[in-house]
Amino acid sequence: MKWLRESFFASWPQALVTLLILWLIWKTLPPFVDWAFLDAVWAPDSKACRAGEGACWGFIAEKHRFILFGTYPYELHWRPAIATLILIGLWVFSAIRRFWKWWLALVWLLGLTTIGVLMWGGVLGMPYVENERWGGLILTLLLTTFGLAIAFPLSILLALGRRSNMPVIRGLCVGYIELIRGVPLISLLFMASVMLPLFLPSGVTIDKLLRAQIAMILFAAAYLAEVVRGGLQAIPKGQYDAAHALALPFWRRTALIILPQALRISVPPLMNTFIAFFKDTSLVLIIGLFDLLSTIKVSLNEPAWSGFGVEAYVFASLVYFVFCYAMSRYSKGLEHQRR
Amino acid sequence: MLVAWFLISNTTANLEERRIASGFGFLGREAGFEIGESAFLRYGASDTYLRALVVGLTNTLAVALVGIVLATVLGTAIGLSRLSRNFLLKTLSGAYVEFMRNVPLLVQLFFWYAVITEGMPGPREALSPLPGVFLSNRGVFFPTFSGSPELQGFNFTGGAALSPEFAALLIGLATYTAAFIAEIVRAGILAVDRGQTEAAHALGLSRPQTTRLVVLPQALRVIVPPMTSQYLNLTKNSSLAVAIGYPDLVSIANTAMNQTGQAIEGISIIMAVYLTISLSISAFMNWYNAHVAFK
Repeated sequence: MKWLRESFFASWPQALVTLLILWLIWKTLPPFVDWAFLDAVWAPDSKACRAGEGACWGFIAEKHRFILFGTYPYELHWRPAIATLILIGLWVFSAIRRFWKWWLALVWLLGLTTIGVLMWGGVLGMPYVENERWGGLILTLLLTTFGLAIAFPLSILLALGRRSNMPVIRGLCVGYIELIRGVPLISLLFMASVMLPLFLPSGVTIDKLLRAQIAMILFAAAYLAEVVRGGLQAIPKGQYDAAHALALPFWRRTALIILPQALRISVPPLMNTFIAFFKDTSLVLIIGLFDLLSTIKVSLNEPAWSGFGVEAYVFASLVYFVFCYAMSRYSKGLEHQRR
Repeated sequence: MLVAWFLISNTTANLEERRIASGFGFLGREAGFEIGESAFLRYGASDTYLRALVVGLTNTLAVALVGIVLATVLGTAIGLSRLSRNFLLKTLSGAYVEFMRNVPLLVQLFFWYAVITEGMPGPREALSPLPGVFLSNRGVFFPTFSGSPELQGFNFTGGAALSPEFAALLIGLATYTAAFIAEIVRAGILAVDRGQTEAAHALGLSRPQTTRLVVLPQALRVIVPPMTSQYLNLTKNSSLAVAIGYPDLVSIANTAMNQTGQAIEGISIIMAVYLTISLSISAFMNWYNAHVAFK
């Protein structure tokens, strides 16, 4: 009773706010429940959807294969399905503290090889599928995984370079980081899709997926570098001095004493950057790759299902939310453990 | 040096092979495409590329400026709500922040665009939440000093209008960035020492007075630097306009690149403009920060 009074009706203005919110909920929640559940059409029948008042979840039911796997050959969908599960499994596995051992790298190597074999095929009697036809959830996950895996070491080098005493290296690193952080990701993706081919000798081509991946890596490296630099700055100066006193050369000093501490401090902001990067992979839609958001958007192009954009994007939001929320909960948990 | 020479020689060879001109001469030529809307300037298909790009820039600045103001107001309100004693307010604003931060902005933009173009009724059955204000799938119409919107044929005339693209982009940018601003405001207020609040209470100030006169001025010092980067993010994110067809700078530069093939120049212009905007906003915020910091 005391809790009720203090948290809902502490004072007259508070009571007013409470009543206002209750009124708003009363006005919006029932129509929403009607739309999303009671009046919704769940069967994949676009005529029933057009006739009905509620949401058309049948659209998702009808198109789920295309949304999840893109233009991958229909009868081979089991391959990206298994690959997706393996990749998610690898992430979950690596999130468990007990498994943070040297052999985790081997597990990843094995897992990624399996995914590569499954996706490309061409061996063990599986037909070859070129990566232009990859799409859907697996593409989003692969872009995130490889983007972070390559950008992270690169970002450590950039952060160290920015704190270096050598003016040329410092200047280059500062220039790179500030340039990339000052421009929108789209301009980098455009650059990768139209400018990169111009830089290469004629005859050499890189496919679109790889070009987008390069742009994403260059982008992520600059943002991660600033996070790592924050960690480097947070280490007490005594640690640097002590490492010097041990007469260790630069790389061993960095690898054995500085980095382990700096990276540990930067785990929470790193996780935030990882989540932001996962969300940013959706931008590859603009240069025409079939990631998760892109397959959902393309599904709407079919005349029978056009006009159900609201349902489609509610579904997209939920999928992205599940992944990002899991990551952010996990990062909160890590912070909590450390205290 | 060798790498630079290698890249440059490749590029010039490629450009010659594809018969693409280089240099910024194309800016003076006729653009030949229409632009859906222009915030301040008049523009027609016979104008130059330069003018088209300037129109794009003004469109970017228009949506970014209005977006920044809306996001700041909304974000501050939500950040304060998260610290409220009221259980409902606290929970709802917490849920808002969690949800908005964990869904990509591009999905949200598509969602708002779909809500406006598919969910809203046509001009004839337009919703009218306030007298003179109409919401329809053709955009938002509202009265100005010179006149109010009236239904004529299939659309409204008179008054002022926000196109569906502008409205979707604005709502998307403002509500998304507001979630991040709310967290910054909350962290800023929590950073103010409890003793300050207690001292203000001891002086007999009411809760709203304490917030306004004691807590907020001190919290601003913590809030301003991260707020700057949110403003920069909002401006950079406005480039996602290209995905829903709002003619911002990136979208127009993209059209120009497709027509002339001069990708290097187009992307250099985009990058130069955004770098200039970024540096100006940080310069302004640094000045403001020096203003609110402890003397």
